[in-house]
Amino acid sequence: MQLTNRKVVVSNKEQSLAERMYLPAIAKGMMITASHLFKKSPTINYPDVKRPIAPVYRGQHVLKRDDNGAERCTSCGMCAVACPAEAITMTSGERKKGEEHLYREEKYAATYEIDMLRCIFCGLCEEACPKEAIFLTDRLVDAQFERKDFIYGKDKLVEKMDARIDVSKRQTPEVLAFKKVEGLKHNELFDAKKLNKGHKH
Amino acid sequence: MKVTIDGIEIDVPKGTTILQAARMIGQEVAPPTMCYYSSLKTSGGYCRTCIVKVTQGSAANPTPMPKPVASCRTEVMDGMVVENVTNKDVLEARKGVVEFLLVNHPLDCPVCDQAGECSLQDLGYGHGAATTRYEFPRREFERIDIGKYVQLHMNRCIMCFRCVKVAEQLTDNRVHGVMHRGDAAEISTYIENVIENDFSGNVIDVCPVGALTDKTFRFKSRVWFTKPVDASCDCKKCSGKVRLWMKGEEVLRVTARKDQWGEAEEFICNTCRFDRKKTSDWKIEGPTKVDRHSVISQNHYNHLNELKVQVLKQQKALGFMDINKRP
Repeated sequence: MQLTNRKVVVSNKEQSLAERMYLPAIAKGMMITASHLFKKSPTINYPDVKRPIAPVYRGQHVLKRDDNGAERCTSCGMCAVACPAEAITMTSGERKKGEEHLYREEKYAATYEIDMLRCIFCGLCEEACPKEAIFLTDRLVDAQFERKDFIYGKDKLVEKMDARIDVSKRQTPEVLAFKKVEGLKHNELFDAKKLNKGHKH
Repeated sequence: MKVTIDGIEIDVPKGTTILQAARMIGQEVAPPTMCYYSSLKTSGGYCRTCIVKVTQGSAANPTPMPKPVASCRTEVMDGMVVENVTNKDVLEARKGVVEFLLVNHPLDCPVCDQAGECSLQDLGYGHGAATTRYEFPRREFERIDIGKYVQLHMNRCIMCFRCVKVAEQLTDNRVHGVMHRGDAAEISTYIENVIENDFSGNVIDVCPVGALTDKTFRFKSRVWFTKPVDASCDCKKCSGKVRLWMKGEEVLRVTARKDQWGEAEEFICNTCRFDRKKTSDWKIEGPTKVDRHSVISQNHYNHLNELKVQVLKQQKALGFMDINKRP
């Protein structure tokens, strides 16, 4: 099967005078070079100019906080077990009284580390997350000089309340519709107000 | 006595229950159990998870039983014909039972320490009901510390009575039980009494959900990140045969060894369970065999050799060359 017409049969036949002079070949090459002077350059002046990226681009992770500023992650380990590169490690802590504004649930991630050199940015962690805590964003992971600097801890991963990261575009209409299913209400967090409405023993 | 379960006939002695007969046949036909525990007397009959259809009462009286029966409490008759997984109605009824068990369950699996080895999780997942129809507030309780080592999360309790039977039959001075009735029933101690008994820690092992959990293991690790290892020690109070759940060299948790039905083979004492948390305390026998499909076997490579043999066999059958063999 012939795929292109650029196939050339190599032979050892004697070169003609024009070929031995090389001048026509050089002229042909110069013409190609010169023609590029008049073409649009494909180079962009990064970081002044950035290429557009898809809204579902999978870059550096973020650990989201909820609207009250409490960390959503409850250290359930689903991301770590889903991770094919085994890049995620965590330890859990127990929320003490008075820390309700810091952590959403009674268990939280005391440490949470992602090794960005191991991570393959597949997005399985955000798919596995039952608490909508981890998302991949359109940010790029910075270059570093040392390997240890690629291990991102909570200081780099948890979003700052004064610089929140919008992940709403990452959720497809199907996902948003699925979340509104009445029968999945139990996955929502019991907050204090709701708790008082239930009959207490 | 001859009894047929899902088309498989078996000879069992008189007085055997349908559940025990099904377990003799094997895991494929044995109904799931939440409250029955073979080593605890009078357990069973509360949760209704093990219901089966009896399509022929006995050889003498072949009329079918009108309703599904709890197989853990029904003794077999000669010539009885039972349907479990082969009957769609049974599976549908069991799905209903699961829904009832989940009515008040908080579904806080991401926080719960039992997740990964929870019978209710397996049951709910197995019956594929991801959504709930229950719209009312679930009942809520505060966490209670029962003694130094055990914590009670009454929210998660499904009222299986197993822990009460343990207290009755294993420990010599029962201080906890079930208070109130019906929807208001709860496991409790008499005026927040402390359970202090050498075998009280076994309530953790028999609890099918995360209602009674080990405080020394609380939030230490998800179970699937720890590696189960069988170990033993010379213990004066119990057999000393335990399962260690390790992370690296660290012993995070000690439990009894559980058999294929999730039941403790031998109950262990509190000293073994809570106080011996060093590798040097134990004589390690070897890694526990875990079902490859269990979440516990995630990220462990115990079965790599076994898998390799399988893969090589398949490759050989397909005519692949063995790349590990040198010419």
